[in-house]
Order: sequence, then C-alpha cells, then structure tokens
Amino acid sequence: MWNGEIETLCREHMREIQTKRLKSVVRRCYENVPHYRESLDSHGVSPDDIRSLDDLVKLPFTYKNDLRDHYPFDLFAAPRRDIVRIHASSGTTGKPIAVGYTRADIELWAECVARSLACAGVTSDDIIQIAYGYGLFTGGLGLHYGAEKLGTTVVPISGGNTKRQVMLMRDFGVTALACTPSFAAYMAEEMRDSGFLAEDFKLRIGIFGAEPWSQSMRHEIESKLNLCAVDIYGLTEILGPGVSCECPYQCGLHVFEDHFLPEIIDPDTEELLPEGEIGELVFTTLTKEAAPVIRFRTRDLSRLYYEPCACGRTLVRMERIMGRTDDMLIIRGVNVFPSQVEAVLLSVGDVDPHYQLIADRSARHMDDLEIRVEMSEALFNDEIRKIEDVEVNMRKEIESALGISVKVKLVEPKTLPRSEGKAKRVVDRRDL
Amino acid sequence: MKVKQVSIFLENRQGRLAAVTMVLGSNDINIRAFSVADTADFGVVRLIVNDPNRACDILRANGFMVTMTDVLAVEVPDKPGGLAYILEILQKARLNIEYLYAFVEKRSDNALVIFRLEDIDTALKVFQENNVCLAPSKEVYQL
Repeated sequence: MWNGEIETLCREHMREIQTKRLKSVVRRCYENVPHYRESLDSHGVSPDDIRSLDDLVKLPFTYKNDLRDHYPFDLFAAPRRDIVRIHASSGTTGKPIAVGYTRADIELWAECVARSLACAGVTSDDIIQIAYGYGLFTGGLGLHYGAEKLGTTVVPISGGNTKRQVMLMRDFGVTALACTPSFAAYMAEEMRDSGFLAEDFKLRIGIFGAEPWSQSMRHEIESKLNLCAVDIYGLTEILGPGVSCECPYQCGLHVFEDHFLPEIIDPDTEELLPEGEIGELVFTTLTKEAAPVIRFRTRDLSRLYYEPCACGRTLVRMERIMGRTDDMLIIRGVNVFPSQVEAVLLSVGDVDPHYQLIADRSARHMDDLEIRVEMSEALFNDEIRKIEDVEVNMRKEIESALGISVKVKLVEPKTLPRSEGKAKRVVDRRDL
Repeated sequence: MKVKQVSIFLENRQGRLAAVTMVLGSNDINIRAFSVADTADFGVVRLIVNDPNRACDILRANGFMVTMTDVLAVEVPDKPGGLAYILEILQKARLNIEYLYAFVEKRSDNALVIFRLEDIDTALKVFQENNVCLAPSKEVYQL
C-alpha cells in the first residue's frame, strides 16, 4: 500500500478527518467563490451549519453546467498566480470546462495516482507504459506524475500508433499498461495480427479507465494480454484519474475518500440512498485548493460498499460504473453529447434534424459511434454522388466537433424511434 | 420537352422497393421506366410515371423522401452505334451526363433513353441542332 495508514484507517477516524476537511472546504468555497456563496445563501445554508458528515445533505449540488457557466476560471478558489496547471475536458457545444491545479493539488493528485497504482499491484520495479493521451486530457499527465511518485519506470508514449506501442512494449519489457480498456483490447489484436504471443511480453498489470467496460471485456483483455486488469476511475471535474481504483481482488474500486467524499443519490428525487443501492455518484472534494467542488453530480451510476476489502483496505468501495444518468456517451474516453451532433446538423443545412447516436462495440472491442440522420428535403438530391458528399461533409464536421471518428448513415424519414414526441437520441448497445 | 422524373430515397434494406411500388400500384400510378442507383447503405429509385405530380404527393403522404427532377427522353436509333452517336454529340458539346437508363418500350423504331444531364437547357439546344428526336413528356408518361 502506498499510504497504509490512511488506506486501512478505521471508519471512525476516517469520518473525523472527513468532517474536519468538509467544514474547511465548505468555508473556503463560501469565502472565495461567488457561485458557492450565492448557492449556499439561496439554500439558506451557512458554513457554520456544517458540523458533521450528516450535514452534507444540506448543501446544494454542483452540476456540470455550473462548471460550464463559470468557464474558464470563475469557480477557482485559489488566486490565479497559485495555479500551476490547467486541464480541460470537452464540452457540449464546443465550450469545454477548465480545471485548475495548485502545486499542492498536483502533489495530491500524484499521491492518489500512486495509491491507485500501488493498489493495482504496481511497484517501483515495474515499467509502466502510459498510453493515455497527454495534454489537456487528464489521463496521460495524471497517471504520469503518480507513476513517477511511486518510482515506477515511466514510458510516456501517449495514445495512438498501435504498432509502435506494441514494439516498445516488447522491446522495453513493459510490465504495466495504462490506457482505456478499448485501446488495450485493440493493442491485443494488433499483437496477434503481428504474430506475437502473450509470452513475448512481460505485461502483468493493466490499469484501465476513462470509459465504462464490462466484466466479460475484462476477462477477454486479461486472457489476451496475460495480465491482471483493474479499473481506475476519475473525472476532470473532481481530479482526473485516481479518484478510486481497484485492487487485484477486483471487487469494487477503493475510493480515496480522505480526499473525495462519495455519496449515492436517487438522480430523480435527489435523496441520499443507503449503502448498496444503485444511484448517481456524487463527489465532494475535501482537499483540493484550486478547483474544489461541493456535491458534484457525476451522472455516473454506481453503488457503495463500506465493509473492508480482502486486500486490507478499509476505504469505501464503489461498484464499477454501471451506466449514465443522462444521454451522454463516453466513446473511447471522449464525452459525446447529442446536442453537439445536432449543432453540426443544423450548420450543414438540415433544418429540423432527426438523428440518433448509436454506440456499439466492435469485435475488436473498439467503441464505434454511428450517427443516423433522417433524410430531409434540404439534404436530398437525386444524385447518389451528391448524397454521398452530404454524408462525408456531415461526418467530417461531426468528427471535428466531437474529436472522434464516427460513421454517418442517412435513413428514411420517420424511421428513427420517437416516444411521446420526444426523440430517443442515444442508443448504447455496448454490453457494459 | 423536359420529362419529370420522380426520385425516391430508400434505405438499402429488405422490402423498401416493394413498399414504393405497392403504394404507387394501389393508387393507379403506372411506372413507365425506372432505374435504381445504390450504395451499401442507401439507394435512389428514379421513376418515369404516368402522373409525376400526383405520384410525388402520394409518396410524400406515405412518408417517403421524394424529389422531382427534369430529364430528357432521347430517341436513340435502335441499331449498332446508335447510342454512340448520341453520346458523341454530347461529348463534342462538352456536356456531362449524370446518369442514363433505357425504356423497355420503343417509340416508333427508336429506343428511348432517359438522360439526366448537368446542363439540361444547353443539352436540349444541342440535341435540337443535331436533329436528335426527343420524346414529348406527355407521350412519355403514356407510353
């Protein structure tokens, strides 16, 4: 364990730490961020009302929209000169959300990722290949700092270039791989197609996250890559990767709850749900300086377990993400919203677009996104070539808006399902 | 001289073409000539019918995506080199053909070929200058 003292703390002591930190973060938000001050005031809550963890429910939620509305820096609780880094995640209409980190936040992040990697079984003897994208996306740099802190030998290869990934993995004798599960599966195919055997590699641990995946996919990746695959969870709004991570027992993700306080609520009634019940995951950051968030609605569905794990950790465990409460799709680690597609369709001349996003997972375990668009007067032409031009143009525009490759399929009018007048915009056929 | 052609967008799946012909048949629309152009995912069916305006209305009312296009019905000598002769005229005038397809029926002794051209008005003039016979639309609809 990277931080055995915290990771095996008894519940009572953990609650003490959490209570102290919760009081402090609420006060800091109230005093430094106008949005939180207004929000608490309008809910009739004062920082003085927060005396125990049970008072958490008195606090108003923070939504993704709040982060978007205060883009870029208006939710920061630390002065700009103290911010040493900014990450950003994709937004619905081209407008992203920005999250700042102070030096202490970067240190905290590295600590959480070091814990995550250690939890997965990685040690300083390992060589880790980080095949998450480096850049504004939190995946690459997040894993990187944690792995260095742990003392692991880091191969900061970033995403893409599968052949090179496989070559270096073999040449360097890489023992741990961090990337999205779909990319891991894709690399496994690449290895096989290149004539390699699992014995040609020294892989033993896979740390996969940034998109939902199923148990059957885990088993397949494990057998193909001959490693133990664990799930790592995180989101830019809260931190990035390292909010929680599985251990080799693979029975839920250990939440680093001394820094990130989880709750499960009913997404409709917004009531707190008891242990073991499925609902929306809500996080409050307890220690972050630059961009603390109070009761952030993740839209991720999960449940919590408080009994200690066989690995010895007493940290609360969350079930792997079971779905999304809204229409958002996560495709190859990228957030995709139907509204982004709609904006593009309007811009290419479709007056009243009827469309549907269909996510599927191909035989190679890559997430595919097909966008079906109903043919309309504005788009229809008697010539196949011109229709194909429309299709290609649409595809390019959508790809540039979403940042991932998609397939566009034009369909006949009134063929996409509509329920009670409201279109069903998203179909997720992936077995998650 | 221009002939109105009805074009329908269809997904490339079972029963779609049958659906079009059934709707037209039950409304007494007679198909005079047709062609289908397709890709893996979709196709466009082009029809010459006895009453293009009514056919369009009926198809729209039945949920089909329809458009009307002007084409030319060109009489092509029914003998070796007949079509080559017509195409040569167009080539000399540098006129592009989008597509063409033939009628099953003949008009007098000539084959009848539907031409969809990039520039229909110039093509009309060129055909007339070269004494190429075009079938009048009314006759085409009733063939």
